[in-house]
Amino acid sequence: MIIAENLQKSYGGLDVLRGVSLTVNKGDVVCLVGPSGCGKSTFLRCLTRLEEPTGGHVYLDGEEVTEKGIDKIRARMGMVFQHFNLFPHLTVKRNITLAPTRLHRMNKAQADQRAMELLERIGLADKADAYPSSLSGGQKQRIAIARALAMDPEVLLFDEPTSALDPEMVGEVLELMKELARGGMTMVVVTHEMGFAREVANRVIFIDEGIIKVDKPPKEFFANPENERLKTFLSKVL
Amino acid sequence: MDLLTQMSQWAELARSGGELTAWQNFAVDFYQAFLEADRWQQYLEGVGTTLFVTALALLIGVVLGSVVAFIRVTHDQQRAGHKNPLLGILNLVCEVYSTVIRGTPMLVQLYIMGLVIFSSSREFTLVGALSLGINSGAYVSEIIRGGLMAVDPGQMEAGRSLGLNYLTTMFLIVVPQAIKSVLPSLGNEFIVLLKDTSLITVIGGQELLYAARGVMNRTYEQMFPLLGTAAIYLVLVMIFTWLLGILERRLRQSDHR
Repeated sequence: MIIAENLQKSYGGLDVLRGVSLTVNKGDVVCLVGPSGCGKSTFLRCLTRLEEPTGGHVYLDGEEVTEKGIDKIRARMGMVFQHFNLFPHLTVKRNITLAPTRLHRMNKAQADQRAMELLERIGLADKADAYPSSLSGGQKQRIAIARALAMDPEVLLFDEPTSALDPEMVGEVLELMKELARGGMTMVVVTHEMGFAREVANRVIFIDEGIIKVDKPPKEFFANPENERLKTFLSKVL
Repeated sequence: MDLLTQMSQWAELARSGGELTAWQNFAVDFYQAFLEADRWQQYLEGVGTTLFVTALALLIGVVLGSVVAFIRVTHDQQRAGHKNPLLGILNLVCEVYSTVIRGTPMLVQLYIMGLVIFSSSREFTLVGALSLGINSGAYVSEIIRGGLMAVDPGQMEAGRSLGLNYLTTMFLIVVPQAIKSVLPSLGNEFIVLLKDTSLITVIGGQELLYAARGVMNRTYEQMFPLLGTAAIYLVLVMIFTWLLGILERRLRQSDHR
């Protein structure tokens, strides 16, 4: 479904991605882990060209992702950010309905109804008319996920979705993500939550020094890490 | 006998060469500066023109400044390797405008506009307002540019990642957030403009200082017209500062951040 081919990214003289190739199939839940600065977030952002890769190609359903027509591509790939990036000047409901109505996916009434369904599903229907500033971090992130879901994306990309949250709020966000995964949503998740990776992912990928070092099902990944760097990494985070 | 009649009699006396005490002279100067021949109406007209010129100049400044700021921010946010050549030219024009206007004195600009570019025009006040507006635009563009750049880049990313294009994201997400942060600075610019309108008197703009000069030329007395003018400006500035304070508090109250 998503194919990344030899993706490279360098800033000035610094090579952050040094040729990352990855195929994500429909229904996959792929977790990207690795030490900070290893390029996992950059890789995710290169998939939707929030960062422009310096080399390589990305394909979505066989169609190459380029700057031309990128808006249509992005509408099919939902993105969830570390810092939520909700629109502070709009109500929760408007945050969710803005893109679908502006892009003429649905009219205002349909979008409102869909937003309420999504809010119902994440248990925040009572917050529809609230502004983001009045919400907790966990609530904001769940709404950010709902906002991405409102576009009916084929795949959801998560960029460290729980890293900016207070510890007691991490659970509610992970719970929602688990539910999405069980529902068959294709997901690529950059995360430090090894528990989540172990439990939910069907593939865990270790990125280090700008390349993929390990790509295995979670059981093998955590049970017998052969790669030395991965062993060191896991010994620090587990 | 009331004070007004008394003062007019002293003025008569002074004109016919009579001797007056210091206090009487003082009263006559005051009388001639503001009351004789209903001169206060001239100041009032001047205030009207001053406010009109300020509003017009601010309007021109904000429109011009917004356009310039928008072009420059859009230009700067392009990615390396995807530069639009037309935008490059527009950006260059904006930079030249900003540099020239901010690098030359307001008074010199006024003279150039009034005596060179529009030398055949008799609409001195309008030429003055236009000059002020063009001048203000350069400063306003920096204010607005700062406001646009102060919005968290994550907002633009979030909009774009939903599939909205650059312009839609800019106008629905970035601009509304920037407006709040630039409004106080724009209010300040309004006050600066209000005071700077006094400069257009040098090219014949008929604002408040022009009215005061008219009175001075008739009465050969400078103190009261000038002090009066200063006092009127001060009162105007204080009123607008107070109003801006209220506006700012309102904005803070509706702050959803």
